[in-house]
Amino acid sequence: MPFKIAVASGKGGTGKTTVAVNLFHLFSKEHTPKIQIIDCDVEEPNDVLFFPNAKFSSEQTATQLIPEIDNGECTFCRKCVEYCEFNAVVVIPPVKFAEVNASLCHSCGACVVACEYGAISEKPEKIGTIKHYRIGPHSIISEGRLKIGSAMQTLLIKQVKQEALMDMDVIIYDAPPGTSCPVVETVADSDYVILVTEPTPFGLYDLKLTVELLKDLRIPFGVIINKAGLGDYKVHEFLLHEHIELLGEIPFHRNYASQYAKGDIFANIPGEIETQYKSIIQKLMARSPQNEGDYHFKR
Amino acid sequence: MKTVITSKGNNQNASFDLRFGRAGWFCVVDDASGKPSFIENEQADATGGAGVKAAEKMVELGVQKVISGDFGPKAKELLEKFNIQMVIIQGENQSIKEIISQLIN
Repeated sequence: MPFKIAVASGKGGTGKTTVAVNLFHLFSKEHTPKIQIIDCDVEEPNDVLFFPNAKFSSEQTATQLIPEIDNGECTFCRKCVEYCEFNAVVVIPPVKFAEVNASLCHSCGACVVACEYGAISEKPEKIGTIKHYRIGPHSIISEGRLKIGSAMQTLLIKQVKQEALMDMDVIIYDAPPGTSCPVVETVADSDYVILVTEPTPFGLYDLKLTVELLKDLRIPFGVIINKAGLGDYKVHEFLLHEHIELLGEIPFHRNYASQYAKGDIFANIPGEIETQYKSIIQKLMARSPQNEGDYHFKR
Repeated sequence: MKTVITSKGNNQNASFDLRFGRAGWFCVVDDASGKPSFIENEQADATGGAGVKAAEKMVELGVQKVISGDFGPKAKELLEKFNIQMVIIQGENQSIKEIISQLIN
């Protein structure tokens, strides 16, 4: 079983992707080539942008099942309307009209169960695509990309996570920002969560929300402070007070930020940043569930 | 002909509600008599699909015209399908009574 690490944060723009791809890069360079990154930020997946040598390998369509009502069979009893939690079924008896609004439907299947007349059947509708890229002979980047207009992020994340390969040593889930369903879905089955924050009041506020979420979910986690040196020390105080582990601090580095903006982040990683990532990886490996005193993956 | 005006309350002195799906009440006016009746919008606090449900209600009531502050895309689609006229007015401070008098005259 692979060691599943999710990289999350409450606030957007703290550096989840930066951390996720750097860990991927250093893990594969120094520890194990059998590593997969799964980009769960399906509304704007961008992990693959940082790997210009990534080779596209396959693509599949992700779908949701949308019920269709056969007006010939429907008796307009409105039982399906009562079952639908999302107001997606419209049935107007006086004009004999019955329809499902696909953009409101969550594909829960309740209306199909409700219908006693067999008037409802389910048809697949596209919600996005799942793509796989190869990096070197063993590493893989997988991403979900939501179809514009679809609101089915969580369902797509569930499907892209099913693409996790069980013969990998490490799987990194790059989570979307926030603390709502898509994030819960991303971190739910991970062994460990890295929360990336920044030393600002905004970073702290959203970090607190995410910490609450992970405590509720009972998933072990640690924090990385990105852009360290900017802002204040309130995040440090919070971590000390709450006894939360600080995995590392990535110093803010102007040149490195411009390299990032060009998509070129592995060429000249500043020494102090690389040292931080290496120490973070050591700490992560000590938390691998397979690790009992020794490193699980030695080459 | 029946017209619906979105309302914040259940009487003629209540103010006009700019929202359609999230309106508190629907004031149904019979254009010939000018007599209003009020129906509570049970879906005003729905997590989603309030507009669709409100549009569904309009069709069910056999309304030909709806006066509100705006209509969302999903509500619009359904209302259009049943040829229900949508009238958008900016009248946050107007009372239902005032709108009815404009409608009748």
